[in-house]
Amino acid sequence: MQTPAPCGYERATSVDGALAALAAHGPTARLIAGGHSLLPMMKLRLATPEHLVDINDLDELAYIERDGDVIRIGAMTRHVELQRSALLAEHFALFADAEAVIADPVVRNRGTIGGSLCQADPGEDLSAVCAAIKADVVIRGPAGERVVSMDEFHVGPYVTAVADGEILTEIRVPIRPGAGSAHEKVERRAGDFAIAAASAAVWVGGGTFADVGLALAAAGPITVDVTRVGELLRGQPPGEELFEAAGAIAAEDCMPMADTRGPVDYKRHLVGVLTKRALRRATARALQQEA
Amino acid sequence: MATTVEQPASPERPIGFGRLRRKEDARFIRGQGTYLDDIRLPGMLHGAILRSPFAHAKINSIDTSKALELDGVAAVVTAKDLETLGLAWMPTISYDTQAVLAGDKVRFQGQEVAFVIATDEYVARDALPLIEVDYEPLPVVVDARKALDPDAPLIRDDKPGQVDNLATPTWEAGDEEAADRAFAEADVVVTRDIMYPRCHPAPMETCGMIADFDPKTGQLDIYNGNQAPHVHRTVYAHVAGLPEHMIRIMCNDIGGGFGNKVPVYPGYVCTIAASIVAGAPVKWIEDRSEHLTSTGFARDYNMHASICAKDGRITGLEVDVIADHGAWDSTAQPTKFPAGFFHICSGSYTLDASHVKVKAVYTNKAAGGVAYRCSFRITEAVYMVERMVDALATEMGVDPIELRMRSFIAPEQFPYETTTGWTYDSGNYAETMKVAMEIADYEELRREQAAKKERGELMGIGVAFFTEGVGAGPRKHMDILGMSMNDGADLRVHPSGKAVVSISCQTQGQGHETTFAQIVAEELGIPPEDIEVRHGDTDKSPYGLGTYGSRSTPVSGAAVSLVSRKVRDKARLIAATMLETRPEDLAWEKGRWFVKGDPEQGATIEDIALRAYSGEELPAGMEGGLDAQIVYDPPNLTYPYGAYICVVDIDPETAQVKVRRFIAVDDCGVRINPMIVDGQIHGGLAEGIGIALMELISFDSEGNCLNSSFMDYLIPTAMECPEFELGMTVTPCPHHPLGAKGVGESPNVGSPPAIVNAVIDALRQGYPEVDHIDMPCTPDRVWAAMQGRAEPPQ
Ligand SMILES: Cc1cc2nc3c(=O)[nH]c(=O)nc-3n(C[C@H](O)[C@H](O)[C@H](O)COP(=O)(O)OP(=O)(O)OC[C@H]3O[C@@H](n4cnc5c(N)ncnc54)[C@H](O)[C@@H]3O)c2cc1C
Repeated sequence: MQTPAPCGYERATSVDGALAALAAHGPTARLIAGGHSLLPMMKLRLATPEHLVDINDLDELAYIERDGDVIRIGAMTRHVELQRSALLAEHFALFADAEAVIADPVVRNRGTIGGSLCQADPGEDLSAVCAAIKADVVIRGPAGERVVSMDEFHVGPYVTAVADGEILTEIRVPIRPGAGSAHEKVERRAGDFAIAAASAAVWVGGGTFADVGLALAAAGPITVDVTRVGELLRGQPPGEELFEAAGAIAAEDCMPMADTRGPVDYKRHLVGVLTKRALRRATARALQQEA
Repeated sequence: MATTVEQPASPERPIGFGRLRRKEDARFIRGQGTYLDDIRLPGMLHGAILRSPFAHAKINSIDTSKALELDGVAAVVTAKDLETLGLAWMPTISYDTQAVLAGDKVRFQGQEVAFVIATDEYVARDALPLIEVDYEPLPVVVDARKALDPDAPLIRDDKPGQVDNLATPTWEAGDEEAADRAFAEADVVVTRDIMYPRCHPAPMETCGMIADFDPKTGQLDIYNGNQAPHVHRTVYAHVAGLPEHMIRIMCNDIGGGFGNKVPVYPGYVCTIAASIVAGAPVKWIEDRSEHLTSTGFARDYNMHASICAKDGRITGLEVDVIADHGAWDSTAQPTKFPAGFFHICSGSYTLDASHVKVKAVYTNKAAGGVAYRCSFRITEAVYMVERMVDALATEMGVDPIELRMRSFIAPEQFPYETTTGWTYDSGNYAETMKVAMEIADYEELRREQAAKKERGELMGIGVAFFTEGVGAGPRKHMDILGMSMNDGADLRVHPSGKAVVSISCQTQGQGHETTFAQIVAEELGIPPEDIEVRHGDTDKSPYGLGTYGSRSTPVSGAAVSLVSRKVRDKARLIAATMLETRPEDLAWEKGRWFVKGDPEQGATIEDIALRAYSGEELPAGMEGGLDAQIVYDPPNLTYPYGAYICVVDIDPETAQVKVRRFIAVDDCGVRINPMIVDGQIHGGLAEGIGIALMELISFDSEGNCLNSSFMDYLIPTAMECPEFELGMTVTPCPHHPLGAKGVGESPNVGSPPAIVNAVIDALRQGYPEVDHIDMPCTPDRVWAAMQGRAEPPQ
């Protein structure tokens, strides 16, 4: 079946209006942003919301801006805006890396960062990106606003810290000195979800790693934050052997499942390779050695 | 005997052959094509099909009452209802039977179980989950190699006398004893298990139909994009007992066919039955998942092959095939050839002997085995032999092109009788191979490969040389469901000199409206834009077998050429009267008969057309008008061929394959519109890349299809295709009036072996023990090959 079940629909004109609509319809209501995750699930009847609250008119949530030492990204920012943002390119090159290989232009023109994160599909790239760069997300609900870090955000497969009746409004990324980042992905074909992907962010100071974030997509039931890689690298000077060792750790710590994209052993192997490559490239960028 | 001729460069706007933009492109590019789902008739009802979630299960009961209660549902049809009409089962195009709607049990996931008719397409689909079916799951067999095991569940218990899952008994070609001798005397023997996995033609437009039965007149109008409308009409007449002269099938624009739209599907029968019962038009159209899981798949051939050489030349080939037909045998091929043209597998070589055995089994999978851009299993044959020749070359330590060159059929050997009974018409294989080597700069590629190997890089160069037999076919050998594979053509030149040519095959994207106009233009000198090509409407076109097996140009193209010549002959007689001379004193130049020795004195085809309809005098005894009709019976197939070279790079760490270059040199005889030929080749090469690298219809052990949407059934995009490098040689077909051969399928046939040979060649740079990898060469499967664990896909 590729036809959604019948459901109600309304367009929100403000965040408060959307929250009110969610409250009015209860847990069977769902927000719809770009629709590129929700609609395919509805067509397959894997999702059967009774009421859709469309937030595509909420321009107030579509922005990428610098605010002191923080970059704020509105939840309704489309993939294509992330891909083209000069601000992100300057500070977090991994966004452009990831966006070049997320889906295709049709999906990127419409799909949003908020939808991507809230979908919490383990194969989804931006969750790994945001985890690696240690972003925080802002969630608004009837009781007001709260800020949640990425490591608390993913609760389980397809489940996040965003509760029924709440909206993710913003992603916040702190700007710290010496940063470099990269996203590496292997897909079966252009436009496909990852077989595995690795997001790396490093902060270099005084010739050693001050901090490191390494997260994986399509390598477990949820986005995998490989904290042991950070522990290994922090305080060390960059080097190829270190990247190899980090790859080995990531290959060990990931929890991939066998599916039509490949068996577990290949995915682990791939995680090792991609971790190494992402760290290598992130570090080169941090050291501004990138050609 | 092969004669390679240079085709002249075409003029800006050719009146006849040459590069010409397709007439149909204007409407396609503007999104103005009329596909099935664009058609809405007043009072139209909508159908939807309930499909089986199980691959094998007994049906205990079907309760439709809740679905019938849904507002807008007009009826729910099940096998019981069809039984009363005698339509619960229907014949396949291979003389097997197939359930229209499942009554006793379901035999594959996605099988048709019930047909809902409603006032609205969404209501029809909303009704589906309300139908309650009590299934009792049965054991499942999905692996063809296990289908004949004694403990395999019996799938076709509906067939009297069927005790196992054998679908068609062993069919043989060639000479077993002679082949055994060749192997006994050989210096080198190589054996491989080669699988051509199940893939799907996946045309952009899925299958569907609108049936519009008029109870007042008894007329049944059918809108349905299929590849053989005349045959479909005959089938409906025979199966359902409907009067053939009261059925009209209109194909309109078809969003791709690729062999998938040759069969008659259960949904069609349900739609027609629904319209007859309801007395109203009924539309039914599949969604993508339905299409991928239930309609005609392609390939699924398990080939156990041995090849041998003596004195440095290929001498023998033996192949033993298990074909997986799914739940019914609805494979597509001429009746006398249960394995299609697979026995063309001796390829382009002078073998001393060959022997082919094919048997087919039933499994709990969707049926098909359709000729996906393929002349009836030639794709499987070419893939197998071109893999085997490469394996043999590796074993012998000779360059794969060198071994082919040594073994090619020589130009002077044509017409060439193969060891399995084909008569190849013409060819100059070595020359075509050389052109490909030049474009590729083959020697330089090998040097580059060696240098890269030193650096640990995996670069591969793959070669394939194919010969196809296309344009079925001669009446004495070939029929489908008893219908001879001949094509009609009907040409009417109007008084103004503009013309309508009606053909029995129709385009699904091949450009017939342009190519066939160019044939008339070439023969009569009427500009192509003044020639309308009618096709795809059984009321407006002569009988013929349709478009597949690259048969349009070989069969219908010949018919159009000959019908034009008939008109030209009549025009000559009229011109003689007009010019007050004898017909034999006239000579023809494109568009005009003139008096030999006095070229100023002449009559153009336009003048002659006007005269033919005017009140003025005509030759004694001649009827007015300038029309002609013909039915063409091809004396033989045409045998296009080509040399393909593919260059790939494999990431040694991630095992991703990138096709860096693809060189395709095709010889399809005389090219009518070289631009359309190039387009056909581009499309087929893209499909070949898809098949070789990513496309697979696979099943888990319970028979669940794992590739039921485009998220899981990957088709290639421009991102995976390199800039194709095309070349050509032109060796005319000796028996075709235009010297043309078919080409539509060549690139799909020839490219997978070139790509897989390249992948293996690349892998061997770092992993010399790799001797085969089955398609699709996805990163995980290539990586497994690196680990020494290459396995066929499941
Ligand atoms: C063909 C195809 C290929 C793709 N390939 C990739 C890929 O390679 N990599 C990748 O990462 N992604 C891929 N995607 C997914 C794509 O990135 C989606 O756009 C994205 O996952 C979801 O964003 P959306 O705005 O479309 O969300 P929607 O589909 O509208 O919503 C998704 C979920 O999030 C909820 N939601 C949306 N916005 C909010 C919010 N502000 N607050 C709370 N909940 C919210 C919705 O209720 C819904 O449950 C692909 C999608 C398609 C169709």
